[in-house]
Amino acid sequence: MKRLVHRIIFVLFILLIWQLFFKLNIWPNYLFPSPMMVFQTLLEGFKDGTFVNAIIISFKRLLIGFFISIIFGVLFGLIIASNEMIDETVGPFILALQSIPSIVWLPLALLWFSLGEAAIIFVVVLGGTWNMVINTRTGIKNVQPVFMQAAKTMGVNKIQLFWKVIIPAAVPHLITGMRLSWAFSWRALMAGELIGSGSGLGQLLMWGRDMGNMSLVISIIILIGSIGYLTDNYIFKKIENKVLTRWGLNT
Amino acid sequence: MAFLEIKNVNKYFPMENGSQLNVLNNINFKIEKHEFVSLIGPSGCGKSTLLNILAGLIHADSGELLLNDKAITKPGNDRVMVFQESALFPWLSVIENVMFGLKIQQIDKKTAYTKALKQLKAVHLAEFKDSYPHQLSGGMKQRVAIARALVINPAVLLMDEPFGALDDQTRLLLHKELINLWLKTKKTIVFVTHNIREAIKLSDRIIVFANNPGRIIEKINIDLPQPRNKDNKKLVELENRILNLLQSEMNFEGGYRYEEIGA
Ligand SMILES: Nc1ncnc2c1ncn2[C@@H]1O[C@H](COP(=O)(O)OP(=O)(O)OP(=O)(O)O)[C@@H](O)[C@H]1O
Ligand SMILES: [Mg+2]
Repeated sequence: MKRLVHRIIFVLFILLIWQLFFKLNIWPNYLFPSPMMVFQTLLEGFKDGTFVNAIIISFKRLLIGFFISIIFGVLFGLIIASNEMIDETVGPFILALQSIPSIVWLPLALLWFSLGEAAIIFVVVLGGTWNMVINTRTGIKNVQPVFMQAAKTMGVNKIQLFWKVIIPAAVPHLITGMRLSWAFSWRALMAGELIGSGSGLGQLLMWGRDMGNMSLVISIIILIGSIGYLTDNYIFKKIENKVLTRWGLNT
Repeated sequence: MAFLEIKNVNKYFPMENGSQLNVLNNINFKIEKHEFVSLIGPSGCGKSTLLNILAGLIHADSGELLLNDKAITKPGNDRVMVFQESALFPWLSVIENVMFGLKIQQIDKKTAYTKALKQLKAVHLAEFKDSYPHQLSGGMKQRVAIARALVINPAVLLMDEPFGALDDQTRLLLHKELINLWLKTKKTIVFVTHNIREAIKLSDRIIVFANNPGRIIEKINIDLPQPRNKDNKKLVELENRILNLLQSEMNFEGGYRYEEIGA
C-alpha cells in the first residue's frame, strides 16, 4: 500500500515536471505535447478502436513468434544439453547470437521475406529463441544429481528418467526462459514492426512520426511500456513465483 | 551363501594431483536376509561410495557384489536408496512421490494409489498426501522418502545418513518408526551413519570403517532384541568400544571429532 502511494507520488512528480517544461514553451506544441494532450490522444485512440486494434495485431505476431521461439529454443537446448561435444562446439555461438540486438536482423528479414508478416515474425523469433536455448540447456544441465540417483534406484529407464525427472526438474529454468523470451520477443516485435505493412503498435508509432504527431508517438511509447510491464509482472512473474515456490527454490 | 555378498571390493578416485585415492580397500562382508546392518566410520572413509556401488549408481574397480547370487551391475528397484537430503521430487505431491516407483513399473494408477496410501499410513502421513514437499518439515520429508522406498518392496533398503540432517528429537522419533517398520516388514537394511548411538540402537550388526584407505576395521554383532533400551549396560559398553576404535583413528586430518560421533 505504502509502495503504491510512493509510486503515485512519483508519477505525479514526473507529470508536474513534464507540464513545467511544456509551459516553458521551448519547443512548439506539436513537438512537445502536454500530458493532457497525450492523455486525450490515448483516450481517443481507445475510443475509436485504433489502439485496441493495433494491440491485437501486435499480440498475434508476438504470440506466433513467441511460440515458435519457445519450440525452437527448447529443441536446440535439449540437443545441446544432450551432448558434450555439441555443447562445447555451438555454445559460444548461441551466446553471440543472443547478444545481437533484434533490429540488426531487419535487413535480412526485409531481403528474405520482403514486407510481409513473415518478416516481422522472423525478427520476433530471432529475438526470443537464443535466450530459450540457453535457459533450456542450463535447466537440463543443472538437474540435482540426487533426483536422478533416487529415480535410478527406483528403477527408471532412460526414457522415464528424461520425461519424469529431468524435464520436470528443469521446469523452473524453462519458465524463467519463457519469461525472458517473452520480453525479448516483445522488444524484437517493436523493432520488426518498424518495417512492413499493417497496423501494429510499432507501425502506428512510425505513422505518428511521419505525421509529426508527437502526442501519438508518446501515447504508444506509454502503451508499449505498460503492456511489457503488465504481461511480465502479472502473468509471467506470477507463474514463475508459483513454480519456484513449489520447487522449493523461493527463499 | 549369503543374501548380499561384498567380496574384495576396491574403489579408486582420481585426485587433483593426478594420483589415485584408494577410497575402498579390499572390502569384504556378507549380509543375511532381514538383517539390519550399519556402516559407521569417519567422514570420507567411503561409506557413501560403498552404498552407491551397492545401488549400482557407480562401479567398483575390482571385486564382486552379489545379491541373491546375482551380480550387481546397474541400479534396480530391488535396491532402493534413501538419501540424507530430501530427494523427494518437488513437482509431485506427497502421494505422487510415493506412487512414483510403482507408476514407472506400469502398475495401474488405482492400485498404485491404494498401495501408496497404505504406505503413507504406515509412516503416519496419510493426511498430508496432497501436500507438496516444500510444505513438509525435514522429518516428514524423510518419512515420505522411506515410504516411497518401501512401497516398491525392495529386497534391500539402502539408507545414507537418512536422519543426519534432523534435530535430535525428530531423529529419535524416526528411529522408533524405522524399527517398527523393520520389525513388520523384516526388510534387509544397509544403513550408513556417523552416529554411534544411532547405529547401536538400530542394528543387528555394525561394520566399522577407517580412513585412508577406506577399510573395515571391525565387525560387531549386537544380539539384543528390538526395541532396545538405550541405558542397557551392554549398549553403553558397546558405545565406548566403538568410540575407542574410532578415536584410535583420529591422528590424521579428516579424523573424527567427538561431536561427530557422540549422539
Ligand atoms: N566422484 C568422486 N570423485 C572423486 N572423489 C570422490 C568422489 N566421490 C567421493 N570421492 C572421495 O572419496 C572419499 C569417500 O567419499 P564418501 O562420500 O564415500 O565418504 P563418506 O564415508 O560417505 O563420508 P561422509 O561421512 O562425509 O558422507 C572422499 O575422500 C571423497 O572426497
Ligand atoms: Mg557419505
